[in-house]
Amino acid sequence: MNLALVSVGFVLYSKQLSALRDQNIAPHPSPQSQHLRPTMQLIVDELVVRRGGREVIDGLSLRLSGGEGLLLIGPNGAGKTTLIRAIAGLLRPDLGSVRLEGVEEPEDVGPHCHLIGHQNGIKSTLTVAENLRFWARFLGNDASGLAAALERLGLDDIDDLPAAYLSAGLKRRLGLARLLVAERPIWLLDEPTVSLDAASTKVLAEIVAEHIASGGMAIAATHIPLGIESMRELKLGPVVT
Amino acid sequence: MMQPFLELLTRDVRLALREGGAIGTALGFYLIVVAIMPLGLGPDLKLLSRIAPGILWVALLLSALLSADRIFHADHEDGTLEALSLGPLPLELIAAAKALAHWLTTALPLALMAPLLGLMLNLEIAAYPPLVVTMLVGTPAVSFVSSIGAALTLGLRRGGLLLSLLVLPLFIPVLVFGVGAISAIVAGPGGFSSPLAILAAFSVASVVLAPLATAAALRIHLQ
Repeated sequence: MNLALVSVGFVLYSKQLSALRDQNIAPHPSPQSQHLRPTMQLIVDELVVRRGGREVIDGLSLRLSGGEGLLLIGPNGAGKTTLIRAIAGLLRPDLGSVRLEGVEEPEDVGPHCHLIGHQNGIKSTLTVAENLRFWARFLGNDASGLAAALERLGLDDIDDLPAAYLSAGLKRRLGLARLLVAERPIWLLDEPTVSLDAASTKVLAEIVAEHIASGGMAIAATHIPLGIESMRELKLGPVVT
Repeated sequence: MMQPFLELLTRDVRLALREGGAIGTALGFYLIVVAIMPLGLGPDLKLLSRIAPGILWVALLLSALLSADRIFHADHEDGTLEALSLGPLPLELIAAAKALAHWLTTALPLALMAPLLGLMLNLEIAAYPPLVVTMLVGTPAVSFVSSIGAALTLGLRRGGLLLSLLVLPLFIPVLVFGVGAISAIVAGPGGFSSPLAILAAFSVASVVLAPLATAAALRIHLQ
């Protein structure tokens, strides 16, 4: 009850803030405070996604609030990637909807999330630091967290190396570093541990756990358990033929 | 909105400069095509100087198309396009930034090289200023219209060939009015300004409208 009152109060406060901002009285809130709203909710409602005539996701509903994590598990072809891409808005659902509540514009999930897909989005002719600096500035207008992100993922020693010379695991780490340089409330991680070594997997788990603890959301599809207790599990069904 | 746009633009220009291949190939192709023309047509200087504007324009369009299928290809393959589309910039502006980068790194160098190649075709002295002006005015249309084709043929094998089939017919207005403006100065009659104005209008319309079509095509691919 108390919590509900607090969150209602927060919504009212943020509405007031936006009204003030429209009149150019209040300063712009920083991206961080705008994104990490405790009242934010990701709602997937009766989602149906067909791929090649087959219903890969069939009537899935889920609700995720800030500070919650979800682990998608299931065999190959169970629809983990499909679900993640549908949440990001890259796949249009055939039925049902994915929406965010408790945010101001834009209502789409896309601009509020980080999607780490199967590819890393790295340019091989740019150096490690240049690659990450581009994402920091493009996504968040701010490259101040660059050094910390590189250090966190153990890339600080090779930051002036062209990305072409990185191993698969190092490339993956560079791809994951994007999570740290721009603030997004929703993290969608599709097989984030692929080609990572044990130590890096642990670092990744820590980063995700910190993100959840600070009020963010994370949805991860993985075959290797990340070992984060606060994450719920969602079993996606086997392939129906 | 402006900062991510500029960031993407500078990244693309930097990539093109660092990789070098695209610019070099386009410029080399332009040089070769224009250089073999006199060999095929014979050493008739009058003929050459009469058809020089046409040859320079046609060869420029072909050279610009060579690298057009790369506008989105690399970003699509390494997952960058997906991450870009979830960023703060609308897909329309992403398309515009990439087309603009193509213009800066391919079409603009080609346009600046054209007067040099004009020497090989005995282009009349009076034709040099209008040649440069029409090319500077017309080439944005070339890059932006190419970007539509590049987005449509994304992910296809041999997409480059299909791209030429799709896009070359759309270059006809650029070619007609670009060459028309130069001929008006050299041979008369008719004014320089009216074909140039139509060329400029076509360029402006492409810069504004092509990103919409490109973004629509990209959305289909990201599905």
